[in-house]
Amino acid sequence: MFSLAFMQNAYLAGTFIAIICGTIGVFVIARNLSFLTHTLSEIGFAGAAFGIFMGWTALSGMLIFTVISSVIVGQMSVKQSRREASISAISALFIGLGILFLSLSNQTSSYATSILFGSVIGIAHADVIRVAVLSGIVLLVMLGLYRPLKFDSFDAIGAKVSGLWTTAISVVFLVLVAMSVSVAAQIVGSLLIFILLTLPAAAARYFVHTVSKMIGLSIIFALIGVWLGLYLSYVTNLPVSFFIASIECLFYFAALGFQRLRVGA
Amino acid sequence: MTEPLIAVEHLGIAFPNNQVFEDLNFKIDRGDFVTVIGENGVGKTTLIRALLGMLKPTSGQIKYFPNKKATKIGYVPQFRNLDQEYPLTIEDFVGLNVHGWLPWLTKAEHQQVRTAMAVTNVKKIAQRPLGMASGGEKQRAYLAQAIVEQPKLLILDESTASLDNEMKYELLDLVQNLNQTSDITVFFVTHDLPLAKKYAKHYLALRPGEQQFGDMADMSIEQLKEVTNV
Ligand SMILES: Nc1ncnc2c1ncn2[C@@H]1O[C@H](COP(=O)(O)OP(=O)(O)OP(=O)(O)O)[C@@H](O)[C@H]1O
Ligand SMILES: [Mg+2]
Repeated sequence: MFSLAFMQNAYLAGTFIAIICGTIGVFVIARNLSFLTHTLSEIGFAGAAFGIFMGWTALSGMLIFTVISSVIVGQMSVKQSRREASISAISALFIGLGILFLSLSNQTSSYATSILFGSVIGIAHADVIRVAVLSGIVLLVMLGLYRPLKFDSFDAIGAKVSGLWTTAISVVFLVLVAMSVSVAAQIVGSLLIFILLTLPAAAARYFVHTVSKMIGLSIIFALIGVWLGLYLSYVTNLPVSFFIASIECLFYFAALGFQRLRVGA
Repeated sequence: MTEPLIAVEHLGIAFPNNQVFEDLNFKIDRGDFVTVIGENGVGKTTLIRALLGMLKPTSGQIKYFPNKKATKIGYVPQFRNLDQEYPLTIEDFVGLNVHGWLPWLTKAEHQQVRTAMAVTNVKKIAQRPLGMASGGEKQRAYLAQAIVEQPKLLILDESTASLDNEMKYELLDLVQNLNQTSDITVFFVTHDLPLAKKYAKHYLALRPGEQQFGDMADMSIEQLKEVTNV
């Protein structure tokens, strides 16, 4: 399997993606932003289509769209951005835009499926480099901001009264999420990004109870999903996102079951 | 001679259509234990936010001695909605308030966290997820987080409101101990007059448009009730 160049690329890129999604996911869950990653993936789809329409890469189009929209969302208060109706409206608009750009760019529908649902075969060596660089940037910024980000994410009120710049942290974090969404879309596709960004972290918090351990376990869950998913997809010739989604759901429901047993409910 | 820590002079704070304070004056001494009493909505939390620098006064001023930067403030806010599934251990929660740029806590910082947990009596349950702690344990964990950076001033905003009688006194015993042994000045907002009477050295009674500041020793609980009633 590893003698094939595209599988090597897929595994390399998948590893980076699992690491940053596992890490960022812990904060996404702590900040109750799952809904937003969902919207961001739809925005990412439109961005990818726009990138192709303009003759750039899908990744650049995605980055532009998701980063700009996350800065806008960061300026709104959490309450505002959570209003369900506005979220649905924004999603609908961006899905529509995505379809429009795709049809304008004369791409075949198989290209659309690969943006939406991910594609292993499509990953070239240059993609791996891009994914690695972006992941590196995201991780470095996270490391530099680790304590304030941790405080603001796990105790927003305490962070605010202790004088942290919580709005700035919020905006920077959303930009990091946008970058992770764009990176993850390369493999799992834009519609299933929220799986890697939410489920491993959501499962991890039931097993361990410090931020660093949650990040560690969440990365492990994400890595298992991506590695095993790629392998199963290779063997069965079925879509990789199906396997990743199933594996991560398995972890999540196992975590819920574990919690039930422990609380004794 | 007592040294002042904070002096509030002719403080005025107004929201659109709502003048909360017009001319508020009082002083907090070093080592003092001040209780703030007053009806709902009179502006107690607003006053705290002004002391913390989160709110600009519309008139007057707040002076810090020797200066604002040296007057570190620890604050236990009135509301904090951490649910039952809140995942972090008490130790990790307390550590959140240790500021710095390293991703991990240094040895000295770990020691700081342990000391704060020891004086607030949560060391035994340090590894318990905070969401599963009882109401009183949660308040003690909040207190530990507020004092982990060794503040000069500790502000408690109705921290005892959700506690039963026994736990109230337990918590205030801890606060009093901090006040007496660790040189922490206390500013304590409460509706509980017997509690205020028992622990505070000074009282600040707020009423719409007026205030009274004085020695707790001069006041009976009945008199305290009178000065806060509208
Ligand atoms: N951000 C704000 N904008 C406008 N009005 C405000 C704001 N914050 C507080 N107020 C008003 O200021 C007044 C004082 O509020 P504050 O929260 O300080 O009262 P409090 O004394 O702490 O009351 P409680 O005992 O219920 O906690 C209230 O009338 C409140 O409605
Ligand atoms: Mg209040």
